[in-house]
Amino acid sequence: MKIRFPLPHVWLAIAVALQLLSLSARAHTQSTAYLTLQTTPTGLTGEWHLALRDLEDAVGLDLDDNGAITWAELLSRQEAVTAYALSRLHVRCDDQPTPWQVNGLLVDQHADGAYAVLRFAVAGPAHPRAVELTYRAFFDLDPKHRGLLRLEQGGVNRLAVFAPEAPTQAFALNTPPVTSPLGTFFREGVWHIWSGYDHLLFLLALLLPGVLRRRAGVWQPVTDARAAFFNVLKIVSAFTLAHSLTLSCAALGLIHLPTRLVESAIAASVILAAINNLVPAWSERSWLMAFGFGLLHGFGFANALRDLGLHPGQLAVTLFGFNLGVEIGQLAIVAVFLPLALSARHWRAYPALVLRTGSVAILAVAAVWFAERVGDFKWLPF
Amino acid sequence: MRRPLFGFRTVLLLTLLSAVGLPLPGRAGAFVPRDGSQVLETLRSTAFDPAARALRESRARLTADPGNLDLACSVARVAIERCRAEADPRYLGRAQAALAPWWELPAPPVEVLVLRATLKQSQHYFTNALADLDLAVRLSPRNAQVWLTRAAILTVLGDYPAARRACVPLAQLAPGLIGLTAAANVGSLNGEAERSNALLRQALAANPAAPVPEKAWAWTILAEADARLGHLPEAETEFRNALALGQHDPYLLGAYADWLLAAGRAAEAVRLLQNEARADGLLLRLALAEAAVSPRPPGFADHVAALQARFEAGHLRGDFVHQREEAWFLLHLRQQPREALRLATANWAIQHEPVDARLLLESALAVGDLPAAAPALEFIQATHLEDRECEKLVRQLRAL
Repeated sequence: MKIRFPLPHVWLAIAVALQLLSLSARAHTQSTAYLTLQTTPTGLTGEWHLALRDLEDAVGLDLDDNGAITWAELLSRQEAVTAYALSRLHVRCDDQPTPWQVNGLLVDQHADGAYAVLRFAVAGPAHPRAVELTYRAFFDLDPKHRGLLRLEQGGVNRLAVFAPEAPTQAFALNTPPVTSPLGTFFREGVWHIWSGYDHLLFLLALLLPGVLRRRAGVWQPVTDARAAFFNVLKIVSAFTLAHSLTLSCAALGLIHLPTRLVESAIAASVILAAINNLVPAWSERSWLMAFGFGLLHGFGFANALRDLGLHPGQLAVTLFGFNLGVEIGQLAIVAVFLPLALSARHWRAYPALVLRTGSVAILAVAAVWFAERVGDFKWLPF
Repeated sequence: MRRPLFGFRTVLLLTLLSAVGLPLPGRAGAFVPRDGSQVLETLRSTAFDPAARALRESRARLTADPGNLDLACSVARVAIERCRAEADPRYLGRAQAALAPWWELPAPPVEVLVLRATLKQSQHYFTNALADLDLAVRLSPRNAQVWLTRAAILTVLGDYPAARRACVPLAQLAPGLIGLTAAANVGSLNGEAERSNALLRQALAANPAAPVPEKAWAWTILAEADARLGHLPEAETEFRNALALGQHDPYLLGAYADWLLAAGRAAEAVRLLQNEARADGLLLRLALAEAAVSPRPPGFADHVAALQARFEAGHLRGDFVHQREEAWFLLHLRQQPREALRLATANWAIQHEPVDARLLLESALAVGDLPAAAPALEFIQATHLEDRECEKLVRQLRAL
């Protein structure tokens, strides 16, 4: 090298000069991480986005040293990434050091490259009055690194920047009215089934023919009201059992399915339930259909529950409250539906008008939902 | 009883499969990749890059021995060079980290002063950078690197008399093209463009064996000066000579893209910058070029959104180094001339390169605010800047 460059420092001088000139062409986005914290009914949850380029320098991700980081490499370094993150962010709730734990590793694409996303929960009090964060990620590697914090509470965002000279940020939180997580999640469960029209329509599609029986290709009312009641009970119980099963599995982190896949499949289940009423294929086994698709709807409930913020310390209470809310909400609907259907079942037009027209309407709405969810667009207002 | 057409399980399976198998366009937000072999991030332009490995190894040694001055300076130097080659400003922060034991000292060793000045100017702390270089000149008046860095900063600031004074010792200390190129650059901005260009052309002809980075730099400076003079065919030849030297130089790519855009050859600029979206300045030019071709390439909207996101991240961080690019962005891609003028004015308070003058004139013209352009007009008159683009804008402004 010295033969080509007569002055040992000159190569650098050129680099320096070009460096100066290159300001106009230079990428100016320096190392930045994004931290989001939300207050939920049970405490604090958050997301931390760390650039893979920074993690590579801090813990080493490119295991085969080929200049490219794959998802498999990131996964195999998950423990090291988590340990690094835990050692570089310290949380104090109400003046007490509070542990936090990572419950998910994802990936996000930012304007300047790929980021690892750590989803976490702070195992502190449900309603801290004060939160203090001390952030020291990457500062030793890069004094120009900044951690950008967004704290969300009740629709209000507060922003702060962590820098080597300002690693600690403290916030006072407004104390919300004291409610137990059981009550909160019970209400959320009821609200979810009442406002989740897809679950409602699925249930309705199964219940519409519940007071009828098919004989020789013709719909006939079930004469014995008790038989009709038990038929409906069977369907509702199968649905309940199935979705409680998958809701618990998903909430406990045993199974994870992508939200969009679940939502699309739920729309498809409504379509199939409606078709079943129009072209009866398994009318004798509605309870089996309720069970099979109930499994799917459970994943949908789990996604809704996760959006509310799961709290590891109170998982059992949260899950119980939410599921109970869903069941009670569902029973309330059945309690309104069943007497009406029972009294209308002898009506001659019930099969044609209520069952057929109702099913066609349900089918139409569900078909639009399916298209919306698969295509990721919004057309219907609900 | 009719037999069902399909069994319950078949239909359930089909439902799930149809949902899985349908092409799902990427949803915004965090995701769990489907495939372990999916590449999430590319760290360098070549898979097996010895320079990247050398940097990693010397950084590891420095971690064990953080007080080792030579090692620290070497890490900082290589990191700055990587920043240039990979267009990733993270390396500037890494360079600063290597110099941590000396960063706050009032009078660190000369080699630290020069590196510290380089890093400070990259954050646009020009005054602090010059203070470091003043001290370096006193400690080591025969260090060519100190004079070159000084000349370069003073040129960016538009202080041409002081830049010329720095070029005198540089010409004595640095043989070959370096001193001449620095001086020719100042001269071409300061009313002696034709004479400076002729001298630089002679020097290039006389030094065919000069090192590649020096020649690339000289051709770039010459091409830009000819572009300002409106000598378009000459400028293109010189840009191509610089590119033919085979260095990956974001500055050169940006300058050539500007020339292509000014010459109405946007489609070529799109091709040139297709894979350069990581550097803000080059992404900006790519988006400008895409806006000028028809039909607009599919990536255009994403590029504009990415630029917006980077500027916003910069605002949140409290950086002020993107004012030039953001003013440009707002003026040409967002059609917000008032906001562009505010940023161009703020940028002019810091940097005085021809592109900064053009931006201030252009945004003042777009708003119809002649007084806002006054600082640039005075500067152009005082320095005798020869720049056809600026001259056109000045005429349009005077006609207001």
